[in-house]
Amino acid sequence: MAGNAASGHGQVTRRAIRFTRNGVAREIADFHPRTTLLDHLREQERALGTKEGCGEGDCGACTVALGRLREGRLVYEPVNACILLLGQIDGADLVTVEDIAPDGALHPVQEAMVAHHGSQCGFCTPGIVMSLFVLHEEAPRPLDKAVIDDALAGNLCRCTGYRPIRDAARAASVEPSATAFSASRTDRAAALAALDDASDLFIGDETRFFTAPGSLAALATLCAAHPDATLLAGSTDVGLWLTKSLREIEKIIWLGRVSELATLEEGEAGLEIGAMVSHARAHAPLARLDPDLGELMRRFGSAQVRASGTIGGNIANGSPIGDIAPAMIAWGARLHLQGAQGSREMPLEDYFLDYGKQDRRPGEFVRKVVLPPLPAGEAFRCLKVSKRFDEDISAVMGAFRIGLEGRRISAARIAYGGMAATPRRAAAAETALIDADLDDPASWQAARAALSRDYSPLSDHRASAAYRARVAENLLIKALNEIAGEESAQTRIIDNRGGGVLAAE
Amino acid sequence: MADSAVNGAKTGVSGAGEADRPLRHVRQALPHDSAVRHVQGTAQYIDDIREPEGTLHIAIGMAPKARGRITALDLAPVRAAPGIVAVLTAADIPGPNDVSPAMGDDPMFAEERVEFHGQALFAVVATTRDAARRAARKAHVEIEAERPSVSVEDAIARNETVLADYGFGRGDADAAIAQSPHRLEGSLRIGGQEHFYLEGQAALAIPGEEGDLHVTSSTQHPTEVQHVIARVLALPDAYVTCEVRRMGGGFGGKESQATQWAAIAALGAKVTGRPCKIRLDRDDDFVLTGKRHDMRCDYALGYDDDGVIQGYKVAHLVRCGYSADLSQGVVDRTMFHSDNAYYLPAVRIDTRRLKTNTVSNTAFRGFGGPQGMLSIERAMDEIAWATGRDPLDVRLANLYAAGRDITPYGQKVEDPQIMHAMIAELAESADYRARRAEIAAFNASSRVLKKGIALTPVKFGISFTLMHLNQAGALVHVYQDGSVHLNHGGTEMGQGLYMKVAQVVAEEFGIAMERVRITATTTAKVPNTAPTAASSGSDLNGMAAKIACEAIKARMTAFASEKYGVLAEQIDFRDDRVFIGNESLSFPELARDCVMNRVQLSHAGFYRTPEIWWDREKAQGKPFFYFAYGAACAEAVIDTLTGENRITRVDILHDVGKSLNPAVDIGQIEGGFVQGMGWLTTEELVFDDEARLRTHAPSTYKIPVASDVPEHFKVTLYPNANRTQTIYRSKAVGEPPLMLANAAFCAITDAVRAVAPKGARIPLDAPATPEAVLRACASLQGEALDGEALEAGAQP
Ligand SMILES: Cc1cc2nc3c(=O)[nH]c(=O)nc-3n(C[C@H](O)[C@H](O)[C@H](O)COP(=O)(O)OP(=O)(O)OC[C@H]3O[C@@H](n4cnc5c(N)ncnc54)[C@H](O)[C@@H]3O)c2cc1C
Ligand code: FES
Ligand code: FES
Repeated sequence: MAGNAASGHGQVTRRAIRFTRNGVAREIADFHPRTTLLDHLREQERALGTKEGCGEGDCGACTVALGRLREGRLVYEPVNACILLLGQIDGADLVTVEDIAPDGALHPVQEAMVAHHGSQCGFCTPGIVMSLFVLHEEAPRPLDKAVIDDALAGNLCRCTGYRPIRDAARAASVEPSATAFSASRTDRAAALAALDDASDLFIGDETRFFTAPGSLAALATLCAAHPDATLLAGSTDVGLWLTKSLREIEKIIWLGRVSELATLEEGEAGLEIGAMVSHARAHAPLARLDPDLGELMRRFGSAQVRASGTIGGNIANGSPIGDIAPAMIAWGARLHLQGAQGSREMPLEDYFLDYGKQDRRPGEFVRKVVLPPLPAGEAFRCLKVSKRFDEDISAVMGAFRIGLEGRRISAARIAYGGMAATPRRAAAAETALIDADLDDPASWQAARAALSRDYSPLSDHRASAAYRARVAENLLIKALNEIAGEESAQTRIIDNRGGGVLAAE
Repeated sequence: MADSAVNGAKTGVSGAGEADRPLRHVRQALPHDSAVRHVQGTAQYIDDIREPEGTLHIAIGMAPKARGRITALDLAPVRAAPGIVAVLTAADIPGPNDVSPAMGDDPMFAEERVEFHGQALFAVVATTRDAARRAARKAHVEIEAERPSVSVEDAIARNETVLADYGFGRGDADAAIAQSPHRLEGSLRIGGQEHFYLEGQAALAIPGEEGDLHVTSSTQHPTEVQHVIARVLALPDAYVTCEVRRMGGGFGGKESQATQWAAIAALGAKVTGRPCKIRLDRDDDFVLTGKRHDMRCDYALGYDDDGVIQGYKVAHLVRCGYSADLSQGVVDRTMFHSDNAYYLPAVRIDTRRLKTNTVSNTAFRGFGGPQGMLSIERAMDEIAWATGRDPLDVRLANLYAAGRDITPYGQKVEDPQIMHAMIAELAESADYRARRAEIAAFNASSRVLKKGIALTPVKFGISFTLMHLNQAGALVHVYQDGSVHLNHGGTEMGQGLYMKVAQVVAEEFGIAMERVRITATTTAKVPNTAPTAASSGSDLNGMAAKIACEAIKARMTAFASEKYGVLAEQIDFRDDRVFIGNESLSFPELARDCVMNRVQLSHAGFYRTPEIWWDREKAQGKPFFYFAYGAACAEAVIDTLTGENRITRVDILHDVGKSLNPAVDIGQIEGGFVQGMGWLTTEELVFDDEARLRTHAPSTYKIPVASDVPEHFKVTLYPNANRTQTIYRSKAVGEPPLMLANAAFCAITDAVRAVAPKGARIPLDAPATPEAVLRACASLQGEALDGEALEAGAQP
């Protein structure tokens, strides 16, 4: 019997997902594992305020909020319902545009959107309202343009030009205000706490299931029993396989209930990020390691994508254009894998064997990634170049860790994304950089030229090969210039290293 | 900046046709009619309508090649898929297999040949949308593939066009150029643009009795949907009703492009006898529907020592895609706007309407105008580069002016002084001259980052250039309780048309806004309408509604005059009441009294634009009722190492006449600018060698997001009553602001100029993606991208 695989560790197996909506506990016991939250809302619940604009996580029309308890505190985050699977709302408080204000009344962000003429065609509007709702309820400070723009980066509006939406966000949320919703948070937290169990979740049968083991041990057993099942983390990649490629995935193992995978530890030994740590959670600790890692996370997808997507998923997926791998490879991160046979670890770069091929054995999963502290006397930079600054995939991503003895370069770790079939180190350039002088740009030229031996990039719709090659060189020069002492405000249009102001303003 | 100002918007000065009294509804910054429903998520779009029991879902089967003969189409695996009720092909169509707006060259389903990658071959009708989508991918298609034409150059080499070449001009441009003291020639490539309306194409067709069909479609042109469905189903028009309450954006992308999907839903309903719904997946929508025309503009010009153009020649080589669609009007409008705001003494404008094996390009906000205008802005910049003058001075020297005021097609620009005044005011308020000096100083000391600035004008002609479209109807009923039913031929796609017309109606009757019930556009109430396009929505439908109200009001007035023995002149509709001499009644009271006394309280208003005419053969006429004006000043910064760029400040002064609703108008201006900015910066349509669109989703096709819009984004309405008799002296505002974004492109170009040797020409094409900017910088610095990459690649 299917459930036995999951409950092989003496725990009770739960046969329905449980979540809350408007403070009421809900259960759904029967659904196809592939069902998206959006389809469920629109087709089953007829909650039609949530719209489909793209079905791939890029437009935000489908934005809803999920509340979860994090160290006892209830935290709301925006997510894209179009690519999130229904099973993933297990354990969450689901909030849609229908739920944010009591009957007939308007939430302050809705009032402000009306007062500031923030809607035209209105199709993006419910999603925008939900992003602004989270901004209001979670009340980050300061609420400046940058914070508002970040909150809106995952919401496309083709009509308004965003100015009135920005004004509405300011008007509604500059001063924190109590709402009927905020007043209900304590009750909501209590309702969620009551749902909390460490059980294994299993819906379906041997041939078709959505399962979410409650422990590492149960996960290892399940992976061994079903090596053909798809591991699901945040679904920001897998979701598109379903909505766009129409892959007929029948067996899904969701990692979202394995608490051991969601650990985040900052200490002497560096930063340990569990595979299931979302980009949103990893953002601040990474920013503390280096502002460029913070900026990389700020620009990663959108608030919605960062809330769902995980560090482990980004690495495991092995995409040649993923942002995290090159940054962490240059940093010198180590990857920990685990399976029923036990665990092993390796330098992150060794994990990527070839396009679409990683060093992951059947039944193994990514456990965590560890970033050691940067030794004194070393400098780090990473720079992402994409067609659009926010919510875009890199054309080229360059990451550089440079060891210095005085002004002499004594060590270099350089990795790029977008330049090869896998995220990869630039061995020739690294070698050529040794002994270069920070004060003598001519001495960098050998490394710059060596990049053409390290990579032969491809042309595609994001950029041509020639552009990629040139930008890779220029990013190296830019990073070296900065390390040599040039202010980042003079080298970057968006300077979030030097203090967050737009250089030009 | 949040301080978008409304100059003189609330003064209530009377304009054309309205009574000499303060206005209560018109000119007010009222919210969008559906604003509250938008924010609550209760505004219904097609996919939100409760489906009748048994509704089926449709997905499109698409061609795997771009050009060639279909040698096999095996649909057995499709039919065998679970949930399939029917598979529709050309053989199922009772009438002609043609969903084109006019030319007869857009098949509903390709039959013998495919003309572009992704072209519809068949449609699957299934019990669920998921089943339909899965089955649609199961067909076995064989195509004897030929090399497709992708680029302008491919089409020229094959000499394939969708429409005849066309040109017009004045004088002998060649001679004028030859005799000029200075000459130059150049070429600008301008990219296309995907509409990216947030709501994709959708339609729901419900069969009635005897072949009747009720079709709800996300369309800007319900009349065309109705007529085309009647055509393909071989039914009289009167059997088909098309309705649309609102669209989630249109921008021209639902003018002709909504028809095919509605017609396929209608065919599905006819074949199965059940309601059929179609909602294109976003990626399919990208592949299946037309876009803004991209083109190459080759120009040559001669100018005098002051930078004033003596002769100008331009050839627009336009990629129309595989069929004509609306390309005749679009490319004609490119020609009509090839002058933008500049007087061209001797001029020749030629066009080729090239056929490529790509989806048929179509209407998009500006309708060809933006490309014509951008090309002459480049010519202005070229003169500035060559002479070392400030680009703004070159523009000012060439601006239309008294005595230099006849367009290349013979229409006089009646009010050129407005452009001079607006540019002067904007240059002053945006501090153009001082900032140019600051930018020069910044560039001198900044190694990596360079800034640029530009101030460009907009002059945009208002009217459909296809004359018969300049008509509109409205149907107004006053009920016995004083509530008013408003219906007209215009559609609501977010542009605020419904609200503007409702404001006109409330104004005419002197009643509270709440009494006016806005209702969905439907071909059953107002027939034979024009598309809601060409920025004409409120000009045309506002007038038609006003005429309808006036007729009803006249009957109510006559009745009251007789009943109370008071002169008609002493009867006044205001404050929700009717003042009759010294007495007053509530509006409902008079309405009820009229009904009891058999006074007709319903009227169909009809309006057609006067004065305009156009003789295409002779290339002479007055195709535009009037011109709308604007000016924008934009500042940009570029990264010369990566080509990344950003617009950092925007100031706009725009002429909407006397605004019907300043909040709506400012929204159109801001939204238009940002959409135009996207077109010219990050939005890039990439077709590969096999003519496959590679940027077919928001993951790869990048429209602006919030952070792309600068904090300093200041829009000011220019207080200026329309000299032409338009509805309350307002001006059309839908399209003109898009072209304000030419300033953004010119500002980026100006920033690139900072790395160029003196007098050099800036080889930047649109859109100014990071790659395009880096290419331009690199070539100006003598390190052309491809050249060096080849060299580098050749190293051991
Ligand atoms: C709108 C949008 C914007 C995006 N922007 C960016 C961006 O800026 N930069 C970028 O790099 N990426 C971006 N992405 C891609 C995506 O967000 C990331 O790749 C994401 O980190 C994947 O994580 P996930 O948790 O969602 O993984 P999932 O989609 O759940 O899984 C991805 C893959 O990893 C496997 N997997 C997941 N966890 C494990 C594990 N612990 N062990 C083994 N295998 C595992 C899954 O089986 C699957 O094959 C974007 C995606 C979207 C939709
Ligand atoms: S529908 Fe576009 S992000 Fe979900
Ligand atoms: S209001 Fe139309 S997309 Fe935002």
